[in-house]
Amino acid sequence: MRKAKALIFEMGQPGRRAIDLPACDVPAPDAADLIPDAFRRRTSAALPEVSQLELVRHYTALSQRNFGVDSGFYPLGSCTMKYNPKINEDACRMSGFAAIHPLQDEATVQGALELVAAMEGYLAEIAGMDAVTMQPAAGAHGELTGLKLIRAYHRHRGENRTKVIVPDSAHGTNPATAAVGGLETVEIKSHPDGAVDLEALRAAVGPDTAALMLTNPSTLGLFEKNIRAVAEIVHAAGGLLYYDGANANAIMGISRPGDMGFDVIHFNLHKTFSTPHGGGGPGSGPVGVKKELIPFLPVPVIAAEGGSYRLDYDRPLSIGKMQSFYGNFGVIVRAYAYILAMGPDGLRAASEDAVLNANYCLSRLKEKFHSPFARFCMHECVLTSKDQKPYGVRTLDIAKRLLDYGYHPPTIYFPLIVEEALMIEPTETESKETLDGFIAAMLRIADEAEEDAAKLKAAPATTVVGRLDEATAARKPVVRWKA
Amino acid sequence: MTRSYLPHTDADRRAMLAAIGVGSTQELFADVPAEVRLDRPLALPAAMAEPELARHMRALAARNASLDEYACFLGAGAYDHYVPSVVDHVIGRSEFYTAYTQYQPEISQGYLQALWEYQSMICEITGMEVANASLYDGGTAMAEAAMTACAATGRSEVVVARTVHPHYRAVLATYAVDRGVTVKEAPFADGTTDAEALGDLVGPATAAVIVQTPNFFGCLEDVAAAAGLAHSAGALLVAAADPVSLGVLEAPGALGADVVVGEGQPLGLSVSFGGPYLGFFATTEKLMRRMPGRIVGQTTDFEGTRGFVLTLQAREQHIRREKATSNICSNEALCALAAAVHLTAVGREGFREVAELCVKKARYACDSLTKLPGCRPAFGAPFFKEFAVRCAKPVAEINAALFSEKIIGGLDLGRYYPDLAGCMLMCVTEKRTRAEIDRLVRTVEAVL
Repeated sequence: MRKAKALIFEMGQPGRRAIDLPACDVPAPDAADLIPDAFRRRTSAALPEVSQLELVRHYTALSQRNFGVDSGFYPLGSCTMKYNPKINEDACRMSGFAAIHPLQDEATVQGALELVAAMEGYLAEIAGMDAVTMQPAAGAHGELTGLKLIRAYHRHRGENRTKVIVPDSAHGTNPATAAVGGLETVEIKSHPDGAVDLEALRAAVGPDTAALMLTNPSTLGLFEKNIRAVAEIVHAAGGLLYYDGANANAIMGISRPGDMGFDVIHFNLHKTFSTPHGGGGPGSGPVGVKKELIPFLPVPVIAAEGGSYRLDYDRPLSIGKMQSFYGNFGVIVRAYAYILAMGPDGLRAASEDAVLNANYCLSRLKEKFHSPFARFCMHECVLTSKDQKPYGVRTLDIAKRLLDYGYHPPTIYFPLIVEEALMIEPTETESKETLDGFIAAMLRIADEAEEDAAKLKAAPATTVVGRLDEATAARKPVVRWKA
Repeated sequence: MTRSYLPHTDADRRAMLAAIGVGSTQELFADVPAEVRLDRPLALPAAMAEPELARHMRALAARNASLDEYACFLGAGAYDHYVPSVVDHVIGRSEFYTAYTQYQPEISQGYLQALWEYQSMICEITGMEVANASLYDGGTAMAEAAMTACAATGRSEVVVARTVHPHYRAVLATYAVDRGVTVKEAPFADGTTDAEALGDLVGPATAAVIVQTPNFFGCLEDVAAAAGLAHSAGALLVAAADPVSLGVLEAPGALGADVVVGEGQPLGLSVSFGGPYLGFFATTEKLMRRMPGRIVGQTTDFEGTRGFVLTLQAREQHIRREKATSNICSNEALCALAAAVHLTAVGREGFREVAELCVKKARYACDSLTKLPGCRPAFGAPFFKEFAVRCAKPVAEINAALFSEKIIGGLDLGRYYPDLAGCMLMCVTEKRTRAEIDRLVRTVEAVL
């Protein structure tokens, strides 16, 4: 029987508490006398009143109603749900990292500054770029930073370029970011083989082109073979090339965006560099640039002089600040530990195994699921459930049925240009046994689609709640508890 | 190289390659043209085994002066509050931290419910009707609020108080520049926004008036007056607030704010050299569909059982692409979870008590310091947990002496406000003990 979990507000009793506070050890008047009446709170916030054990049981119960990478296989395409090494968690919680203040005297945080500076160097090497800023808080924040850098670069050269070219296979963040950055999106259709259509690109570029935003490998899981030609077309028109690093897990040590002709790149540390996604953040979206764009990087940048580090705010051409301090440092510490654990050979091996795993899934699943491209894929593969459609089964039904088999479903209905898309990204940290189990479940579901479509339409049967009414949630939003 | 994160044996790889029908992994990379292949190993340090890595990380961490060893009187946007032990234990549960965004609600009910409860708690403390499931940090939340106000009013000018955190104003300026949004800054007098000057800046083009309370100097701003001014011009009032202060200070929602944003770090997150932090964003039902970021909504499954989903996604980048209300994708979900656990831990009474401890201890520290000859209050306005003092000696000299006494001193306000050179911004949270405050005062006395 499915059961709702009580809300924290429905638990406890007035007067209960989960933590005791020390008594005030300084002589002072009542707080009421220290805050003038006009500023004082009239009614207390109706926060929960529970004992510590009630609190722990509540959140433990919630965790048990949630699926993470440590719970099971999570082949969510374009999200790179790889294993999050535990030592990274230990490292970022070390007192010398977790308990340092961002405005402390620079001389007292040299270890932290050295770590961030080293990460800038490592990522620049992996990307083939000349400098990196660690400030952006997430991939989309990195995109915005990158587009602002590009805008500032053009403006400094006296050019007002306002259009960003985005392939129709791009991540949804790309057009949204362009809009937020005050730029206009020009969408170009992909070639039937999944690549950028060079003719369409030539027709789209012009003196108003600020940049082309590209993911390589693309969201179709395919490497853009003509990348140098793409770069030439964009550069010849005076535009710059922006690399969306969401799919960088396929190319570490194999190919560098800087060498492909890209001028600006963001990485998602929470994808490629093993930091946990946290259920939707915190992420980290460092941005790398070629040397022409260095003067525009957000402030502060880390300057190294004679073996010591300082934060340089004196950057007259800088785009300014992208967030309050220097980036999601705790995430950066985790990614730094990952890079050191892997080393150059390990990073390359990770990409090779990621590609191997994706192709293995593709080759086996092709037996029952349609593959839109007859090519090897990179670190993720795109399939469609087109062949299951005649039985009245949609991709969503397949995804929900996978829940009953204990797997997180792949990304579905993306990329938008593939009908009934299923995008599978196994990552390099999964074993052959795990992939075989998943493949068996997928093939079984394909059989069920033919034999018992109703079972798929009714799925999931084993989860704590059944399929949820999303339409009513949006039409009549209930977004908070009311006392 | 490391093998512990990569499970395949050579036999596994051979079996998989055979299944694919290729002879080597290299064949799978056939689409990568030779001219863009890296023909050398990456120039990175050689792999470290876990014991070596642990030693290396400890050594780097040890080169930083940690607040576990130093008594911290530095605030200015990052605060050394006590983090209840339960917070890290809950967010350390791997079902939470190794999860992705809740795209499959049936197996994400735990997170969705926790975020919905977080939204509810943020509404409670801010006095607002709806809240999102988090933004990056206080600065970006404020910038997003300004953009929301511009979209809602169809206007393109925002007036921000100069008493707002300088870094927040810097982020606002960066966000505004390419979107045709003009930012005007209102001056202050004696630590709070100059009401008359603010009134002169607000007009028919104003989309938002932005104030912070307690402001960057720790002083309390008159939110109700700013709201009245904004509304009479047809603009929105955006208030940035320290969430801890809301235990004793009136909720901005009750004072007329249209959007309340702020830095959620004081709610259960370590100072962590500036991040990851938590931007909270709460507003009115009227503005709900213009709100940036993710929102969790309550609903039922087909049997009528209560459940939760990400909702109002039509505002978001994966649906509307170039028409989205913002480009936020990953937010700070785990930090929002930490804040919810923190608020649950302190609870209704503790939330007020923490704030009261801050006020009392800050007052005691301020009174003790300003009794010293050569140290006087910089401003006369009432304050919460931060206050500025003007000292007869350079701030750097005082801080150097404090550091040798295992104390991290205050911020030199001259760094951001040249006219306030020589003023030191001090922060006293509930964590500071009387012994630490007395040591602070003795050390300052010895320098002056």
